[in-house]
This record gives sequence, C-alpha cells and structure tokens, in this order.
Amino acid sequence: MKLSIIMSGVFLINPCLCVFGHQGARVVVSRSFADFTPQASFDIKKCDVHRLEEGPPLKAELTREQGLQYYRIMQTVRRMELKADQLYKQKIIRGFCHLYDGQEACAAGIEAAINPSDHLITAYRAHGYTYTRGVSVKEILAELTGRKGGVAKGKGGSMHMYAPRFYGGNGIVGAQVPLGAGIALACQYQGNDQVCVTLYGDGAANQGQLFESFNMAALWKLPCIFICENNQYGMGTSMERASASTDYYKRGDFVPGIRVDGMDVLCVREATKFAADHCRSGKGPIIMELQTYRYHGHSMSDPGVSYRTREEIQEVRSKSDPISMLKERMLSNNMASIEEFKEIDVAIRKEVEDAAQFATSDPEPPLEELCNHIFHNNPPLEVRGTNPWVTLKSVS
Amino acid sequence: MASSLRCFLRTGKNAVSALQRREFHRTLPVAVQVTVRDALNQAMDEELERDERVFLLGEEVAQYDGAYKVSRGLWKKYGDKRIIDTPITEMGFAGIAVGAAMAGLRPICEFMTFNFSMQAIDQVINSAAKTYYMSAGQQSVPIVFRGPNGASAGVAAQHSQCFAAWYGHCPGLKVVSPWSAEDAKGLLKSAIRDDNPVVFLENELMYGVPFEMSEESQSKDFTIPIGKAKVERQGNHITLVTHSRYVSHCLDAAAVLAKEGIECEVINLRTIRPLDVESIETSVMKTNHLVTVEGGWPQYGVGAEICARIMEGPAFNYLDAPVTRVTGVDIPMPYAKILEDNSVPQIKDVIFSVKKTLNV
Repeated sequence: MKLSIIMSGVFLINPCLCVFGHQGARVVVSRSFADFTPQASFDIKKCDVHRLEEGPPLKAELTREQGLQYYRIMQTVRRMELKADQLYKQKIIRGFCHLYDGQEACAAGIEAAINPSDHLITAYRAHGYTYTRGVSVKEILAELTGRKGGVAKGKGGSMHMYAPRFYGGNGIVGAQVPLGAGIALACQYQGNDQVCVTLYGDGAANQGQLFESFNMAALWKLPCIFICENNQYGMGTSMERASASTDYYKRGDFVPGIRVDGMDVLCVREATKFAADHCRSGKGPIIMELQTYRYHGHSMSDPGVSYRTREEIQEVRSKSDPISMLKERMLSNNMASIEEFKEIDVAIRKEVEDAAQFATSDPEPPLEELCNHIFHNNPPLEVRGTNPWVTLKSVS
Repeated sequence: MASSLRCFLRTGKNAVSALQRREFHRTLPVAVQVTVRDALNQAMDEELERDERVFLLGEEVAQYDGAYKVSRGLWKKYGDKRIIDTPITEMGFAGIAVGAAMAGLRPICEFMTFNFSMQAIDQVINSAAKTYYMSAGQQSVPIVFRGPNGASAGVAAQHSQCFAAWYGHCPGLKVVSPWSAEDAKGLLKSAIRDDNPVVFLENELMYGVPFEMSEESQSKDFTIPIGKAKVERQGNHITLVTHSRYVSHCLDAAAVLAKEGIECEVINLRTIRPLDVESIETSVMKTNHLVTVEGGWPQYGVGAEICARIMEGPAFNYLDAPVTRVTGVDIPMPYAKILEDNSVPQIKDVIFSVKKTLNV
C-alpha cells in the first residue's frame, strides 16, 4: 500500500504536498512514509470531574499507526452500520436493529485503552462493541440476517452477540449493569488485575438496578468502569425529560466520575486509561459519562426526527463527527495522506460488501439446531414441539 | 415398617434408642439423623471446599449465619471472600451473581425467600436462563439460586407464594424441589456442580425436620441426579405425585389409608423441571389412578402440567378415573391460623381426594 502511494503520489497535486520548499524553489517531492509525522501530541478537552482530585491528562499522544488503526476501526463500524441500515430497509434484517453510527469514538477509544484480557458488557446498541471486541463484520452481519454463519449461529440476533470477554448485547435496559459489576467481582475474586467495562445509556441511567450496582461495587471496591454513553435521547425522550439530574457522571454519588467528550476518540481513550488505572489500583469503581450522539433514530423503526430536528443532527455531523475529526487532525499534522485514507475506505467498503454478500447468501440455521444449546455439558434431552407428536432433540 | 419408622423419626425422638429397642440383636446402625438444614449446610460446605470458584452471596448469609441458619458456620470457615453479605438489593445482587457466573465463578445466590426473587426475576430468566441459547452455546451460566419457597407459618400473603410453576415454566432453567435431608444434600451438590442455572426451592417448614441419612449419603461425593423422581413408597391402588413438604403429607395419608386396605404409591418428584414424566407414567400404568399434591395455586400449576402430560402420553389409556389435583387454595395466603391452615392441603384433603378418585 505504501509503495503504491510513493508511485502514484509523486505527480498528484495534493494540497498537503509542499510544492514550494523551504528555500522557495519548486520541489517535486516523492512521498514516502518517512515524510509523515510519526507521532504528535493533541490537546483534548478537559473532563469535568466528580469526587476526584484530578482528571485525565489534557494532552494525548497519537502515533501514525494508532491513528490509522482508530480510523480503520471507526470507519469499519460506520460502514457496517450503514450497510445494516440498507439491509434492514430491504427487509433482509428484521426485528430490532439499533445502529451505532455517530458513536464510533466511544467503542474505538475504549478498546484502545483496555487490554484484550479485560472484559466488556453493553446494552443493545452493541454492533460497534461486538466488532471492537474481535468479531468480524461478516459474522456480525450474518447474525443480523439470521444465518448460520452469524456469531450466534442466527439464534441471537442484533441484541445477543457474544465473544470471549464480551458479554453482549443485552436486551433488557439496565440489566447489563449488575452483570458487569458481577464480572468485575469475578476479576477481583480471581485476582487477575482485569477490569470490566460496563456500558449503559442515558435512558438506563435512571434504572434502580444501576444504583444497586454502584452501591455494591463501591462497598466491595469492584474493578468496574461504569460508562454512560449519553447520546442525549433515551428512545424518543430527551435526557431533560427523563432525568431530574442530567449530570450522569455525578449520579453515582459516592462513586467518582468524569465527563468526557465522547466524539473525540483520543479523549475517550485517555479517560478510559485513567479510569482503568483507578480500578486496577484497587480504588473501586468509577463512572465515565461519554457525551456522544447517534445519527440514526433509536432503532430502525424510529426515523429519529420527531423528537429532534434535522438541523441538530446535521450540525453534529458537520462539526463533531468522530471520524472526520480524527482524519482532519491527522491530515493537518501531516500524519497521513488523503490517498491513504481513501485506500482504507476502499478496503473497508470491500470488506463490508463481501460481508453483506455472505450475510445474504449464507443459509439460515438448519431446523435440527432449533432446540440445541438449552443446557451446557448436559446429555441430550427431548424437547416438546408445538404438538404432542413432535418431540425434538436438544444437545449441548 | 420403613414408613412408620420415618414417621417416628420425624417426631424427633431418639432414633438410635428406638432402633435398639426394636432390633436389639443388631449392631448400631451407620445411618445418622440429619435435619434438612444441616444437610443443606453440609452440601454447601463440601462444595465450597471442593471447588474454590464456588461462593455464596445473599442477605445475612455470612455474619448472621443465614436468616434461617442454613449457612451457619460457613463464613467463619471460609471468610469474606467466599461468603458475602449483600445489601437488600435483590435485582442488583442476583445480577452480580449471574455476571460472576458468566465470568468463570460458580455462585450460589440465596434469596431470603423466593418471594423476593420476583424483584430479581428478570436476571434469573433473561440474563441467566436464556443466555446459553441466545449465544448458541458460547456463554454458559453455572449458577444456583436457592432459598425457601412456598408457605411458611403465619407470614401472610406476600411471604408465602410458591414459585415452582413460575420457574418451572421456563426453558433454560433446571428447577429442583427437595423433600428429605438426603434430597437436600444430594440435589444441592448436583445443582452446584451443574453448569447451568438451577433454581433450588427449599421449604422453611422442612428445615428443622430430621431424616435418616444413609451411609452412602454421608460421602463427600454423594449426589442425586437432577431430573429423576423417587418412589418413596410402593403401592398398587393409586399414585400420589408430589414434591417438597407435601411428600410428608402423602406418606402420612398413605399410612392412614393403608389401614383401610388402600395402598398408595408415593412419588417424590425431586425435580420440577425437567419433569420425570416416565416415572409417573410407569406408576400410573400400574395403579390406574393419579392424584397430584402441591402447595402452590391450581391454575397453570405443577399438577396442571402433570395432568396435561399424562393425557398426552401412553398412561392416559390406563387411567380408570380423571386425574385429581390437590393444591393450595386459589387465594392470597391469609394470616389467621385457622384460615392459613385451610389454605394449604392437609393430610385429610389428600385422603379425601384419594378416596374420591378411587370412588370408595
């Protein structure tokens, strides 16, 4: 890829290329990757803190490799979600489909800050995290289309995708939060220095079971990072109409909190690093509020414009899009070229297209699978069918 | 002799001296008397010792020794890490227990009574029971939810509900209902060793009842398989199918009926889900008559399910009379003793129902 840039980029007119060299003479530059800035330091927004002496740093280091990786991840999630939108409108995906476009910096930033050995659990807007936790676009789309090649063999659907150290994908609002605290308890119990990232939305932030979880996590100092992805709307209800207090980072009361710019992948990463260090040092849980935004409605059955204006959505797209922001930062600091980004885009488009192709052509799960996976490590059992003459078989 | 000996033992009198009086020429028996409470305690103690991933959490389980003293001594022996007192937040701690199970531990989650499990029922059903299926086998949930279920004495409506039918309804769960001390110990050990969510329905009124425990059942590896019923008493004339406390009622009724020449076969279900229909069918095909006995409400209950299954299977053609259900009265549990006593099946109700079913 880099070689082709050198070859093709030489004679292209590129606004990033310095046509006039330092002495003023016209210079034709052959671009090699050695010309790119390998690393830069970026100012990031200061985080509001609650019950903390200090917050995450105000500067973030970004290497070229990291930048391209974050870009790749966010762009993949973006294109995957847009493809899901398309497939849903073609009625190839059915049921619930809650899309993540707009919020990519959250998933990418969090994953960049934690280890693969750490744990993560989220609610139903989960496709982005399913990807960052290691499931391929192919397996995600095939799960959405309900095929046997899906990550849950077609049996889970949009809200129930799993991977090692990724506990879904949970359909009941707020129920994932005690689960996450329990996973953190297991980390503490096993003494493995791991943390659990437990995500929920502004809508779930008022659930009683969250406060039960905060209480126990604080009491027992569980290594749990509670993260509120505040995209300002719980389904069709704005946060002001649902919450007596919209300072979600303070809602943990005795649990320290930070409020983070969720549209800036670097801000998310630094804050998550800070939070993970806090937990790993045995200080107990911490809450992060990520201020973010979703472009789509709550789900595919919600156009998303009855409770907010198109102007608002457009404004976020043009001023705060996480992918554009990262790209502009890298370009203006000479960390990559436009061609590189274009090549990445092309490659991602192909990956998503191939995945969609698979997701639409892979067969549905065979009926023999219907009753399997009721119990683990169990001898086969019989399951009653729809009528007394139908007895189906279930294996583990 | 066995059943009357059991009746005798349940009165709490000294079994050893009783046996010595009856058969003085034999050596001292190796069987020992153990209450259901102690049997549960032993089961948990042994499993905690055997597998360090096992831990117990719930209200008052640690420093208070258990609201009903079932976990007595465990905190002292195993400490804060493995015996955890929780705040009064069922939904939260049940969810925490499920999450811990997902991440590799083997929690025992105690509900002080199963009435309080309703606050947490979403975690039991949606997070625990369904996950293995939804994940197509990727994510298992090896957890036990245990605690007293059903009627107690004078605790009124909100504290007396039987949840056998509620949990028995759901795929992905195993639901167990022990009667005797041996049941309690063997089934709880199996439940803890099971890699799936098990709802373990105890009964507060049975906690203090002593039972003879065989030598075999005193072994640390003694388990009773989940999903298999036990014939507690053989008989030819009628089958009584029951679970938990009402096994005692049925055995007592059987003893009375035996004097009138009616021999009842009493089946202790031991497991509500999966239901051991075959054992019931085998018995019905022998006796031709069936009475189910439970403490829960009649509508959509355990007895209703047994009736439906018998109708759908080979035993139907062997029935000489419709199946009779003996159940709790279809009302919230009242407080006054006379009302409460008349809200749950009594021995006389079982006797009456047997005679009606046999048309004698």
